Amino acid sequence: MNKKHEPLIRLAKREMMPKGQVWAIRIGSILLALLLGGFILMAIGVNPIEAYGTIISGSLGKKTALRQTAKIAVPLLGCALAIAPCFKMRFWNIGAEGQITAGAIAASYFALYWADKLPALPLLVIMGAAGAIAGGIWALIPAFFKAKWNTNETLFTLMMNYIVIGIVRWLEGGPWEGRKGSQVIPQFAENACLPRVLGVHCGWIIVLILVVLMHIYMRHTKHGYEIAVIGDSINTARYAGMNVGRIMMRTMFISGAISGLVGFIVASGANGTLYHGVADGVGFTSITVAWLAQLNAFAMVAISGLLAVLTKGAETLQTRLAVPASISEIITGILLFCMLGCEFFINFRLILRAKKQQKEAAAEGKEANENA
Amino acid sequence: METVCAIELKNITKRFGSVVANDGINLSLNRGEILSLLGENGSGKTTLMNMLSGIYYPDEGEICVGGEKVTISSPKDAFRYGIGMIHQHYKLVDVFTAAENIVLGLDDEEKLDMNQTNAKVRAICEKYGFDIDPTKKIYDMSVSQKQTVEIIKVLYRGADILILDEPTAVLTPQETDKLFAVLRNMRADGKAIVIITHKLHEVMALSDKVAVLRKGKYIGTVNTAETNPQALTDMMVGHTVTLNIDRPTYEKPVPRLSLSGVSCFDAEGVKRLDDVSFTAMGGEILGIAGVAGSGQRELLECIAGLHPVSSGSIMYTPDEAAPSDLVGKSPMQIRKSGVAMAFVPEDRLGMGLVGSMGMTGNMMLRSWRKGKSIFVNRKDPNKLANQIWHDLEVVTPSTEFPVRRMSGGNVQKVLVGREIASAPSVLMTAYAVRGLDINTSYTIYNLLTEQKMQGVAVVYVGEDLDVLLELCDRILVLCGGKVSGIVDARTTTKEEVGLLMTRVGGKEAE
Repeated sequence: MNKKHEPLIRLAKREMMPKGQVWAIRIGSILLALLLGGFILMAIGVNPIEAYGTIISGSLGKKTALRQTAKIAVPLLGCALAIAPCFKMRFWNIGAEGQITAGAIAASYFALYWADKLPALPLLVIMGAAGAIAGGIWALIPAFFKAKWNTNETLFTLMMNYIVIGIVRWLEGGPWEGRKGSQVIPQFAENACLPRVLGVHCGWIIVLILVVLMHIYMRHTKHGYEIAVIGDSINTARYAGMNVGRIMMRTMFISGAISGLVGFIVASGANGTLYHGVADGVGFTSITVAWLAQLNAFAMVAISGLLAVLTKGAETLQTRLAVPASISEIITGILLFCMLGCEFFINFRLILRAKKQQKEAAAEGKEANENA
Repeated sequence: METVCAIELKNITKRFGSVVANDGINLSLNRGEILSLLGENGSGKTTLMNMLSGIYYPDEGEICVGGEKVTISSPKDAFRYGIGMIHQHYKLVDVFTAAENIVLGLDDEEKLDMNQTNAKVRAICEKYGFDIDPTKKIYDMSVSQKQTVEIIKVLYRGADILILDEPTAVLTPQETDKLFAVLRNMRADGKAIVIITHKLHEVMALSDKVAVLRKGKYIGTVNTAETNPQALTDMMVGHTVTLNIDRPTYEKPVPRLSLSGVSCFDAEGVKRLDDVSFTAMGGEILGIAGVAGSGQRELLECIAGLHPVSSGSIMYTPDEAAPSDLVGKSPMQIRKSGVAMAFVPEDRLGMGLVGSMGMTGNMMLRSWRKGKSIFVNRKDPNKLANQIWHDLEVVTPSTEFPVRRMSGGNVQKVLVGREIASAPSVLMTAYAVRGLDINTSYTIYNLLTEQKMQGVAVVYVGEDLDVLLELCDRILVLCGGKVSGIVDARTTTKEEVGLLMTRVGGKEAE
């Protein structure tokens, strides 16, 4: 018998798993992440249960905390919705950061120069529309080049980010500078800021409406169908008579427009001004949100909420228990790793050599007993 | 000859998830024997052989080589036991020479000496009757030469158990004969050979023993001399099948599609079609024969508007309307005018189907644009999906089950079923029965004949000459992108078509 050569671990692809089991694995992975994070907290001398409690109470416990958490979640969710159709199409738009900024610039223009001429409602509508169009155009540029000359959209969208952030820096120090030498764009007038509903700027309502709209768009419209077909096979899309280039450009415009709208919401609702960090990494973090939610609009609400809780909770952890912010980032990292990693176990199953041998041994033993 | 057991499989079982690909297979093969492994697509032939060559690992059972129990957990292990497999898809480096490809991946201790290698390759060629120049680059080679390189590669590594996975699929009848001669030489040299196939006449011509698999189960092994094609088919299918295609004649065929002087180039600028002219008639099945890659795909894609045509015209004559040129029209316009294509490329899901969607989603590829509403209509496609599901006996748990997870034959049924359902006036199919079991193949042949009798111009690109000769009315033979002949399928012979497949610019036989 030379069992030695049998591989220690073998992988086998799973058939479809029952839904309940899939969710059990996912929840298990979160628990595992919390457990691992607990060890790290213990290692630096903090009681993990107390720390996790602080994260929860610090982000959801009080009204003010809850509002701040919501404020973090809104742009994440909005932006994840924006990139979902692109990713469904396998168009790797990693330029949401720039599209947010482009939208924020356009909205800010109206906030700075039209605020004295218009009342709040029309002004905000114009700002939102301008933000959406600017974000859309910023996204359309790489899509156009992709459709025409098949340029690489990943690099293109990424580079577009730096350009637009550079533009904001120039505006900060140049034409839009408030007090001379301050390098800061002045605060928007009252009527250019989004009104508050339940203590949070009303951007959350806009984003929640977008969740429903995006779900319908992706699942039930012809556009959604086209996007799904292109994502699966461009050849099949051509075969079905779809104009792939045009659909790409259209989808990217819509994606950029939503990002631009998020830019408007952040500038007008959260910050009340424009600065070069308006996107604040949201364009990248939202990629994680979209993937973790598997491009499902409703799941994105939960995932963006979870990330917001962790971010806000980490702040509280730092102030209350003096846990460095980097530790919270490590815990967030572990959580994301486990959540993404568990998908592997949903798709594959491991077969261990030892297990099989034991089984065989047991079977042989049984036989032997029977023979006896 | 003294019989020495080369390889023995005992009770091999392999599962993929809930699918049992091989269920307790027993098989044995002696040195100096050729065994045909016969079975329909999806019966587990390739899976079984992949376990011998170390690509898969069996869940249960044991493998003995030369009477000794072995564990094969990698292709390297397989080579150590002298097992070599020649896959359907060749794995060669195009810019290397034959000899360089042959020694690629060998980790000998010695310094690589190309002269010595070339000499060794030549020696192998001489011994078994291969005809190949070891210094020739792969990109200069024909498909059959590439196959030869793959075989020598395995022999060079000292394999004495050879497994060939459908080796004749890409060969002309003449090349097939040559390959068989070589295989017989190897048999005489004491090698054990397994050939995976589903072509019955090849089984009869070449092998000593036939092992039949059906749906993952081992049915039995018979001596070739003591059996016949009908008996083998019955073993393969499990019940009696008649191997006849009905070929009625349509009363008044009318010209439907006329190509004249059509040429096209691929993305690399290589001429794929060269001055192709023919007329497809409504009410006839026009077969297209040719070695794989002779321009069949490009021809259909040009007609469907998916491939740019560099010169020539494609005139389409609808009922009661003036002919119009399809060149320059978009795929959508061409499709609307009634030209349908059930193109089944090598990669079945690459074109024509959306792998991640279910049958309903795939039916929608045809109808998604219908209506003014911004929402898609799922009801009608779902009805059609259910109809095809039942009519063609597609095996799937539901119409929403992703087609990617269905077996190849079922995927094909979905594709062909959808195209026929669109009631076209020109129906083009390529390899429509590839991967289908015998019963379903005949279902498809009947469907095509039905279409023909309704006056549809059917273009059938096929690989099995026997079927082409039985099914079609006329056969157009392509060779290197040129039409080398158009023959009457009722009067021509396999040899004639085979010759045309290798000869450029043959005369049109009337």
